[in-house]
Amino acid sequence: MSTAPARITYREACREAIRAAILADPRVFLMGEDVGRYGGCYAVTKGLLEELGEARIRDTPLSESAFVGAGIGAAIAGLRPIVEVMTCNFSLLALDQILNNAATIPHMSGGQFAVPLVIRMATGAGRQLAAQHSHSLEGWFAHIPGLRILAPATIEDARHMLAAALADPNPVLIFEHIMLYNMEGELDPAVQGVDIASARIRRPGHDVTLVTYGGSLFKTLDAAEALAREGIESEVIDLRVLRPLDTATIMQSVARTRRVVIVDEGWRSGSLSAEVAMRIMEEAFFELDAPIRRVCSREVPIPYAAHLEQAALPQPGSIAEAARGLARPAP
Amino acid sequence: MPSLGADMEAGTLVEWKVAPGERVHRGDIVAVVETQKGAIEIEIFEDGVLRDLVVAPGSRVPVGALLARLDVAAGGPPPALSAAAPAAPPRAAAPAPVPPPPPPIAMPPASRHRVTPAARRRAAALGLPLEGLRGTGVEGAICLADLPQAPPRRSSGFDPVGMRKAIAAAMGRSKREIPHYYLSQTVDLTPGLERLARLNAGRAPPERLLPAAMMLHAAARAVAETPELNGFWENDAFRAAEGVHVGWAVALRGGGLVAPAIRDADRLSLDALMVAMRDLVARARGGGLRGSELTDATITVTSLGDRGAESVLPIIHPPQVTILGFGRIVERPWVVAGAVVPRRVATLTLAGDHRASDGHRGGLLLARIEALLQKPEEP
Repeated sequence: MSTAPARITYREACREAIRAAILADPRVFLMGEDVGRYGGCYAVTKGLLEELGEARIRDTPLSESAFVGAGIGAAIAGLRPIVEVMTCNFSLLALDQILNNAATIPHMSGGQFAVPLVIRMATGAGRQLAAQHSHSLEGWFAHIPGLRILAPATIEDARHMLAAALADPNPVLIFEHIMLYNMEGELDPAVQGVDIASARIRRPGHDVTLVTYGGSLFKTLDAAEALAREGIESEVIDLRVLRPLDTATIMQSVARTRRVVIVDEGWRSGSLSAEVAMRIMEEAFFELDAPIRRVCSREVPIPYAAHLEQAALPQPGSIAEAARGLARPAP
Repeated sequence: MPSLGADMEAGTLVEWKVAPGERVHRGDIVAVVETQKGAIEIEIFEDGVLRDLVVAPGSRVPVGALLARLDVAAGGPPPALSAAAPAAPPRAAAPAPVPPPPPPIAMPPASRHRVTPAARRRAAALGLPLEGLRGTGVEGAICLADLPQAPPRRSSGFDPVGMRKAIAAAMGRSKREIPHYYLSQTVDLTPGLERLARLNAGRAPPERLLPAAMMLHAAARAVAETPELNGFWENDAFRAAEGVHVGWAVALRGGGLVAPAIRDADRLSLDALMVAMRDLVARARGGGLRGSELTDATITVTSLGDRGAESVLPIIHPPQVTILGFGRIVERPWVVAGAVVPRRVATLTLAGDHRASDGHRGGLLLARIEALLQKPEEP
């Protein structure tokens, strides 16, 4: 194995994660709409059918409820299915399976049935796919006990979170932001795995904490860079795991910076950003030296028109503005 | 208008919560009154029917003024018009008075400070009032940047900030008021140190006698023989002290020093003095000094220790009139019986208050200390 960092896209990292998981464990297989012959609607699984065969890369009918349910059954029966749901917008058709079966059966059976299922979904906006293909619904799933919710933002997490998810005896949902698939970066071959429990500080700073995840991470890092040119050092936390939340990392950062902006591409009302903010109020209220601010998507169905779509989403400018307002309040 | 505090003279009726003719019960909120303490809800203390509202919202009336009339007798049936005239619909002739639209609810008083949680906590820790601080945080809130740094760390019983102030006050006064004279004398400690070595042989380290104890032992006994240097300058006159209570200067970790008294040090054996010194140092650094120990000293001794300088020109602690300094023990060429030999010596210094004594007297004290150190008695 080469030890030099390899340049690779996020899409290729996802593909390599699936390929390696299938090669490593005969119980692992992938199924979903257009994952085989078409190579996946975001081309993540391109070439895998040819290499791994129809038993391991399975095209399914267009019925999320049916194939997610099949995945749950396969998991209960001892396999390690990876189910791809084309986008999280379609996952609502399988919500009954995910909530009432996958998340619930281990508990209702008194632990007799584990559901070691992994569901991958694309999430997020930015490609003019309009309101029915652009929403960020991971916060909804983060509401559900019994699920572990992952949001890989980096190439390393895209490459390694899947193996950890498959090793988890409970259902794990992985949300891949559509704007990350083309991102290219280096993958350190020395890193052979990642945890799926903790948040990471992607940039240290002492003036303000920017909490984010997934597709918003790089917008937030861009904002942090712009803020640094103004002398404001922001600490960027990548949540990585949306359920259960690693609140310790957040609270330690809040204790250092005492100011928080939460960046979430989900809608503001009843959102994951609201949950993070409330956890801070519960656990670190007395550390705060400013109100908590949020930068979320506008509360509209994500528009189709490019300029409206961009206007509806968190952007480096709006993130930096929110942070600036806390670190350098207007007199 | 009820009195909502001993200092309340008047209140503004903000809002009626009931309409005339309405039945009310003890404990119901019937009105809102604005006072200097904010908007207060007014309860009713009797059951009954409210007949008429005398004071209109927005009016300011003195405590005790009539606000409304309550018909307590109308206990039983609801005051319905229908009982008397079942067929008659309520008519304009007997209009149920429409309460005027309530004015906007009074805003919280402007004196309410916006303070961030972290700033409020730090202010509380510092014991700082928030009044008068100008907020520079978000929305004008008082934030950490508007407060002094973290609260002074209180370590074991003394307050370094307060101590620094006390030292500054005492030393400033001393240098302003006391005309110091300074004497110094270098003393051969070799015989005494050899004796200490003999006494310490076989003792565990915590029980060993230190050279400082030997020097203090000699100094205390010498001071007892020179009462003109042991006492206080008060009201333009010297007052001799009753006993020799030596203030032993102890440097504190983290800064500052304190010179608690060893009472009757001249009467203690060398061993007892060593015990007293160890106890005092431990309590000075760990907390637990008694108030009397901080006020009883009649003379102060400062010893620089084995890492200190060779001599010190000390400053008198008022109202005392003398302070003695012991320099570090060093090995030096010394003339003994016409020959230069290496000896372990230390420089003793004395600062005296020239108002109370003269250098001659101070010189006698130093000479006496030297003599006692040269001929160490067996305890």
